[in-house]
Amino acid sequence: MGKRWTNRIALGVLWLCGITTVTILGAVILYVFVRGVGQITPEFIFTKPHGVNAEGGIGPTIIATMYVTGLSMLIVTPIAVLAAVYLAEYAVQGRLVDAIRFAADTLASVPSIVMGLFGFALFVEVMGLGFSVLSGALALSFLMLPIVMRATEEAIRAVPKYIRWGAYGLGASKWQTVSRIVLPSALPRILTGIILAMGRAVGETAVVIFTMGQAVYLPISPLDSGRSMTVHLYMLAMEGINMDAAYGTALLLMVMVLFFNLSARWLAARNRRLQG
Amino acid sequence: MAEPLEPKRAPEAGASRTLKMMSRATYIQEALLKNLFLTCAIAAVAGVALIFFFVGFRGWPVIEDPGLAAFLFGSEWSSTLGKFGIGPLVTGTLVVTIGALVFGAPLAIGTAIFLSEIATPTVRGIVRPAVELLAGVPSVVFGFFGLVIVRPFVAELTGSMGFGPLTASLILAVMIVPTIATLTEDALRSVPPGIREASYAMGATTWQTIYKVLVPAAKIGIFDAIILGMGRAIGETMAVVMVAGNAPQFFEGLGAPIATITSQIVIDMSYASGTHRTALFGLAIILFIISMGLVAIVRALSRLNAKRS
Repeated sequence: MGKRWTNRIALGVLWLCGITTVTILGAVILYVFVRGVGQITPEFIFTKPHGVNAEGGIGPTIIATMYVTGLSMLIVTPIAVLAAVYLAEYAVQGRLVDAIRFAADTLASVPSIVMGLFGFALFVEVMGLGFSVLSGALALSFLMLPIVMRATEEAIRAVPKYIRWGAYGLGASKWQTVSRIVLPSALPRILTGIILAMGRAVGETAVVIFTMGQAVYLPISPLDSGRSMTVHLYMLAMEGINMDAAYGTALLLMVMVLFFNLSARWLAARNRRLQG
Repeated sequence: MAEPLEPKRAPEAGASRTLKMMSRATYIQEALLKNLFLTCAIAAVAGVALIFFFVGFRGWPVIEDPGLAAFLFGSEWSSTLGKFGIGPLVTGTLVVTIGALVFGAPLAIGTAIFLSEIATPTVRGIVRPAVELLAGVPSVVFGFFGLVIVRPFVAELTGSMGFGPLTASLILAVMIVPTIATLTEDALRSVPPGIREASYAMGATTWQTIYKVLVPAAKIGIFDAIILGMGRAIGETMAVVMVAGNAPQFFEGLGAPIATITSQIVIDMSYASGTHRTALFGLAIILFIISMGLVAIVRALSRLNAKRS
């Protein structure tokens, strides 16, 4: 067999790999959509589950998911952005920066179940916050921290050096330069990172199941317990009692996650177009 | 990253102060802000330390009860008998991780090579977003998909209920594809274009260039990608819980139920107390140490790579 033929076969296999990956994503989305779309009614979205088979809607779980995600975003954004400002603008390379990077990488790879147990031990038990939206948000913020931090650091590093020199040349102090020149130009990419992290938080199960609880409540105060959409889907699927509701929940969950991911992509593309 | 024009260090507040270019108030403000940022940066370190400390603190008593040897080398996990040996769980994790890599790594590396070397910009514009969106699909949705779609196929194939290592491996394989593919593509892209051109100039075909030149040149990056994908498979929880069958027993066949370290924590946590709960935190310590170890390996490798080039 000549090298031309080997080449053709090998390239065919590589094409197949690419197509398979796209097909898998397509299959997951399509399947969830086809089976779930019949479930989506105003009643399903706004009312709460009732009865032994969780008939009715999933309203409280949607609220709980958005509540915990928004709260964790509020907690994590200032810390992660300022930490990234330090790493990108102030830090002198050395042991400390190395340690911070190693910690961020480790944090990014800690399995979510470990975060869940940690959140349970610290926030639910030791700090006495109980199963609550606040406990869930605090635990999720550990998960989001490295994502937002890395995105912000890359965004700040992508701001051209000469813009900073212009500011310094006009007599601006370091903080003036960072707050009025660097951060505004890095903002779209920082937002992209925050939105991606929120997408992760929406889809997270193992962390919230042990920190926010499993009971279906409509959380009002941050100290209320709640059940997220992911936990709801998990319980419906495992108990196998109301598969229709499970498909509906899976579809809404996918829509939410795709919304976050696509808006992050849209923002990034728009930013590239404006700057390019 | 040394640019010739760049000063060795960014202008610092302290240096400026000695030149009397700044009022005392500005100087103090700058110094305070810098320390605030530093505090935030240290939060990441503190976070890791906090996780290790708290999980460790709760899991530490396994050393006395059931005892370190019984915990690490025990071959039975049964809460009713009060036996907490991690043997079956570790082998369960090992089996599904190897399975995930066997199915997932070739697909992911193939996709990455396709993206970086073969696809036209239009095709890449479809495949790359698909890979990224795949990374965003919640694990509970993958688990659900595995439960309702993959499991019946596996059931047919193995003549069992379909809960077990094969289903779990297939689902995990899909879940680690984005991790491995993205990082492999980065590694391939960082190979200088001149090397490709030299290979083509020698009359090599695309495939010869890929497997004799590009893959060897990017092998450390690809290895990193596989290790991080492995980390993702080891730590993945919900998808595995939903399809593994959750019986803490040793590997008995592709369709026989098993449990992994992560799945056992989820299943037991809802009712565990006393020694049982301590043992679950012990499992979490093991997971934490594994993931930290993998990150350390990847960092050591990339340092090696930087030194070599």
